[in-house]
Order: sequence, then structure tokens, then C-alpha cells
Amino acid sequence: MKAKSVRKPFRLTKKAFGVPYMLFLLLFVVIPLVLILVNAFLDNDNNLTLANFKIFFTSSSSLTVLGNSLLVGVITTLICIIIGYPVAYILSKMSSGKILVLLYVIPMGVNFLIRTLATKAIFIAMDIELGMGTVIFGMVYNYLPFMIMPLHTTLSSIDKSYMEAAQDLGADKATVFFKTTLPLSVSGIISGVTMVFIPTISTYAISQLLSNGKIFLFGDSIQLSFEQGMYGVGSIMSIVMLVFVLISNFIMNKFNRQGNAVRRSLW
Amino acid sequence: MITQNSVDTIIELKNVCKAYDDKTVVNNASLKIKRGEFVTLLGPSGCGKTTTLRMIAGFEMPTSGKIIFNGNDITDTPPHLRSVNTVFQKYALFPHLNVFHNIAFGLKLKTIPNGTKVNRKGETVQLFRKYTKAEIKEKVDNALKMVDLEDYGHRNVASLSGGQQQRVAIARALVNEPEVLLLDEPLGALDLKMRKDMQLELMDMHKRLGITFIYVTHDQEEALTMSDKIVVMRLGEIQQIATPEKVYDEPANAFVADFIGESTILSGIMLADYKVEFCDTVFECVDKGFKPNEPIDIIIRPEDLKILDKDDEKSLIAAEVMSSVFKGDHYQVTVLASGNELVAHDTETYDIGETVGLYIKPFDLHIMHKTRIINEIDTYVTGENLVEICGTNFECKTDLPIGTPVKVSVDFDDVEITDDESDGTIGANVLSSIYKGNYYQAILSTDDHYNFFADTDYEWLKGDRVGINIAPEKIIVEQRDEEKRDVENVVADETLEEYDRYKEEELLTSEEIAHLEADDNISSTLTVDSVNTATEKEDTKE
Repeated sequence: MKAKSVRKPFRLTKKAFGVPYMLFLLLFVVIPLVLILVNAFLDNDNNLTLANFKIFFTSSSSLTVLGNSLLVGVITTLICIIIGYPVAYILSKMSSGKILVLLYVIPMGVNFLIRTLATKAIFIAMDIELGMGTVIFGMVYNYLPFMIMPLHTTLSSIDKSYMEAAQDLGADKATVFFKTTLPLSVSGIISGVTMVFIPTISTYAISQLLSNGKIFLFGDSIQLSFEQGMYGVGSIMSIVMLVFVLISNFIMNKFNRQGNAVRRSLW
Repeated sequence: MITQNSVDTIIELKNVCKAYDDKTVVNNASLKIKRGEFVTLLGPSGCGKTTTLRMIAGFEMPTSGKIIFNGNDITDTPPHLRSVNTVFQKYALFPHLNVFHNIAFGLKLKTIPNGTKVNRKGETVQLFRKYTKAEIKEKVDNALKMVDLEDYGHRNVASLSGGQQQRVAIARALVNEPEVLLLDEPLGALDLKMRKDMQLELMDMHKRLGITFIYVTHDQEEALTMSDKIVVMRLGEIQQIATPEKVYDEPANAFVADFIGESTILSGIMLADYKVEFCDTVFECVDKGFKPNEPIDIIIRPEDLKILDKDDEKSLIAAEVMSSVFKGDHYQVTVLASGNELVAHDTETYDIGETVGLYIKPFDLHIMHKTRIINEIDTYVTGENLVEICGTNFECKTDLPIGTPVKVSVDFDDVEITDDESDGTIGANVLSSIYKGNYYQAILSTDDHYNFFADTDYEWLKGDRVGINIAPEKIIVEQRDEEKRDVENVVADETLEEYDRYKEEELLTSEEIAHLEADDNISSTLTVDSVNTATEKEDTKE
């Protein structure tokens, strides 16, 4: 150790492991976001303009598509809660529940396009007309596991003694559920809603495939804009979508902090 | 008498058993609790005390037996219809409600009688109503005042300290005015000082409210301080039901004596009424009614053992001082008398190695039956020189054909305990380890739920996983005979060789062999317990 190195020797610290991800983030998240922002203010000849905003916000069809997307998102989320909560509740009471939950999750391993195409084939074979109904079916089918997983995690982590305490204080089974189990699982519901609502409002392909292109959601119209070379309008739509995602995330967080009873959840 | 009984007894357990799968948690518990009493269920963890409490609360259904509340059978009544309230071990305060709403939880659900009316059919109907908001507020405020938390109603339960949460839990239970309050180790999570304060407060509350308290704890001091009556439990069985004084002064068996307070437990032999022998010396005592020469346990409380000058004429036995440790208000002096360690409390200290005399009043010698004198297992011969013990084949010495039903006996001394489970033929958990003067008596529970008693030189840690080995020649195999084998007064000092010879000559029936073997073992146990071999004995198997 006689020769003194002038340069600081490279040491493998925890920070070093973060570098690859930082580069990835920069290349594929930050730069695209900047590009979208820039594109939103450029017309086809790369001149600075606000026309794109005008096009989007004055066209009734694009606003209808946005409304439709939100509606589909809300309906899908509601159906997922109505179906998913009882399933998660029953599974959390079963000793083999953890394994059975896997059965709901395993189909997620198959690519969603393949599953959607298969669903479409089944609908066609059964002679069911493709439309709003089939689109919502496809959405629920695709996103139900994302509702069940956090709900199951939350419900099975609630200490049994809360239910016993409620019973002890004179609550019958229904009261126990509505006064303890339900309020204590709020964080799971919020995780589930976040996991279902945000992806459904931005999803594309599912609606196109399952309605034969009849139903057009926001994700689809973003894709179409870019396909048709309308980079400016497409960028604006992406920004609007991003704003909606941020707003719903903000609301969910707010909710979660109020009912911060059981904060442990999967996501 | 009977009417008095029904008025005074609020809860009665009748032969209550609880088993999960095949494991018995509570075995045949019968218990009467008087109105207004402070009853403590006391025992080490896993003794079934919490399960018993949960059966009274209604969270567990007994496998068999009955629970009577105020003369009514409530065995199948769900918890929300029982007029008992529970303070849970970890409080179980609802995290989504504040202190006020936690306490009001039960009140909001309650219906109270609200006059009567005559319906169209002319029948009188009892009307019910819920408490009004004002009534609830008044009751909750009173409850908060009772636990000294007047200004805490709006607080979030997570922001309270352990002691405050404890008070809220008590208020939440008491605000419903239950007839019986169940407390499941409520002070377990508090620090020592807090626990002492809460003990006094709970006792005070019990006195003021006059309702029945059923309290579960593993802390013997807590039980002795607070209770009117202590129920000592162990391995799902009730060992003793008595007042704290009686449990301390007259423990029902070696387990109770070891669990409650400090004590020296020695093995001895009851020579005759009022005469007991241990430490190679015959002592006078106040007990009678034992079988002649019955092996027994003797319990001596340290404060009852008096240390005297070695030449003092009152001295009953000479002993050597092993150690003397200062304990604040006394010295704990350990002495060795004929190979047995005894512990005494004295105000003076003694030099190590000093010879002293010991004295104990006959009244202070507590004599108890031994729970078991030999390990016995009913099983079958599974191969040549093989018997099954707790699901595993053990080598032994037997000529009996495969499939013969046999009784296997193993002396306490011959059960070898290994530190490593894999070194033993079978694995077991250490349930307890009681010092008996010059050896430890360990109780080991195998995975088959058979309890082996083993005498060892070492103390084994409770709950530890160990292995068990038994030398083939130490396993005494005898044919099981379902018929009566009631031969009395068999000569006990028959040796194994002799009986082998008898067996070869086929002079003895299997019944007689069985008896010889049994007695042979008893005599060896006695030798271990440093007592002279008895010449004639009855079968003392319990």
C-alpha cells in the first residue's frame, strides 16, 4: 500500500446499485414525459402553437370518449368490489385461502391480449353481440385479481380479537361485519380501487377487441392520434390522462390517511 | 342448601372438555364461581386457562360438558347474548374509533326495556328501546371518570400509552354493566410499576362494583395478591381450587408447590401415620392416611426451614452451608443435608462450608402423593426385540411374539434426555423441570402427547425440544392382560434374574410376572429417591 492513488478508489456502496435504475428512469420515463410536454405545444411543422389544446377541448367527440372512459372505469371498479369483496372475505376465513387466492392470480401470468382474444372468441362462439357489456366483462375479468389481492391481504391481517371484542360487546354477526370488519378493511378497498380504476381508464385494446372497434375509450384514442401522426393532440390527451391519474391517486391517499387503521396492504 | 347454591353460584362449569383435533386443551374441568367473587385461573402457558375463559365468554365451544350461568345452560349461547364482558390480553381496542366511541360501542347496540303495551290480541308486550345519545354520553363519561381518563374521549386509541389503553379496555367492558367481567392476562403488557398500580385499582374496582371477576394470569404473585379464590391449572387439568392462603400453605401436589412461591421439593417415604423419612432421617409430621411406606413428595417453604447452631438440641438434622445470598430483607441460604439441597430464608448470613443444624415444625412439612412413580405405556410388540413407544420402534429385550399387547414400563432414571433432538430416538418438548433436592424431575411431552417423567442431573429449559433415548435393557416389557390382576403383597426385592428364571421355568403366570415387574420398578425408584428398599408393598400405581 505504498503507492497512493490520487483518484478516489471505486467502492461498491448501496448507491451503486441504484445507478442502473436511475439511467432506466431517465431514458424511458423522464425523457418521454418531456417529449410529450414539448410535443403538446408544437404543430405538425414544429412551430410553437396552442392549437392542439383548442382542437382537443373543443371537439365534443374526444370529450365524450373521455367521459365514456371514466364511466367504464367507475362501473368496472364497482363490479370488481361487489364480486371481489365477498370472495376475499370468504378466502380470508379459510385456512387454505392463501393457496386459493393464487388460483385467482395465476391467470394474470397469461398475457392480457391473449386472454382478451380468447374471451372474444368465446363471445363470438356463443353468438353474443360485442358491445359495452362485453367490454365491461373483459375489464372486470382482467382487473378482478387486482381487487381481490389487496382485499385478501388486508382482511386476513385484521386481528381476530377485534371481531371477538365486538361480539363480546353485544354485536351479532352482521353488526360485527359492518362495524368492525368493513371499516378495518378500508385500506384494502382503497388499494383495490387504485389498482383497478387507474388502469381501466387508461387501458386500450380491450375495448377495441371486445366491441369490434365500436366502443372507443380514451386509451384507444390516444393510440389512434399517434397512429395518425397527430402527435400534438395525442400528447395533450396523454397529459389529460396523467392529470386524471394524479387526481385519483391524490384522492385515494387522502382517503387512506383518514382511515389509516390497517395500513398493511399488498400495494 | 340447594336454593342457596343456585343463588350464590353465578357460573358453573360441569365436566368441561375442549379438544382441538386430538389434542386435549382442557380436560374435565369442573368449577363453581360465586357471585361477586374474584377468581383467578392460574397456570403456566399452555395450561388451558385462557381456553377456559374463552369458553365462558363464548368464543370457544366446549367439546363436552356444560356451562351454567345463573342457573341457565349457556353452553351453546353465542357470545353477544351472554351477559359477560371481556378485557382482552392485547386490549383489542377498535383502531378506527376514538376512545369515546370505543367505550360507547356496546351501549349503542344494547336495548333496554321501555315499558309495556297491550297489543291488538290483548297480550302484554314488552317494549325495548335503544339508549339515547345523551344517556350514552353520560354513561361513557362516567366510565371514563372511573378509569381516570376524563379528558381522553376524543383521543385516538393509537395515541394512548399501554396503561391508558388498558384503562379504556376496562371501561369499555364495564360500561355495559356485565354480571361477570372476564380478564385475560390484562396486565401482561405493562411494566412492573404500572402493573402493581393496576392490580390495586382492579381490586378496588372489584370491591366498589361488587361484580364477579374472572382473571387469567400466569403470574403467581398477581394471583396471590388479588384473588378470593385461585384455580391452579396445568396441562388442561385443574390441580387445585382454594383460597390464596391455602394454595400457598397446602399445595395439592408438587406442581402447585413449585409453581406457587419458592419451595424445596424432596422425595421421601411415609413410614407410618405422622412419620416421614427423607434425607436419611425420620421426621415427625401431621399427615396421616397414606399407605405404609408410600413414596411421597415433601414440600418445604424456605421461610419455614430454620437454621440453628449445629449443637442446638432442637436441631433435627445436620447440614452444610452451600451458599448464602443477600436478597434485601433476608438471606437465601442453600444447605446440603445428606445429599439433598434445601433452601432456607434467614435474617443472618452463614459462612460457606459451615455446619449447621436444621429445624422444621411438623406442621410445616407438606406431604403429597406422587403423581406417578413409573412411566407406563400400553403398546404392542412390533418386531423381534422391538416395541412401539410413541410411534417409534424401540429396541428392548423380550421374547414375546409380534403383535402381543404389552405394557412397557420405564423407570424415571432410565429415560435419557439428549440435547439434540436428532440424537434421540424420539423427540419431545420439555414441559417442566422441578428440582428435587439432588436431581431434577423433568416432564417431557412427546409428539404423541404422552408425558415422560425423567430424573436427570441437569435442569432442562421449559419448552426446549429434546430427544429421548432408552437403553434396551431398561425397557421393561410385560404382557398386557385385560383380566383382573389383583395380587397383593408380592415380595418386592425379586430381581430381574430371578424373574427371568421363573419365566423360563414357566412357574409364574403372566399376571404374576406383571406384578413382579411392577414392584421391581417401584423398588428401584425408591432407591433413586434415597429411601431404603421396602420389603413389602402394595401396588401404589394411581
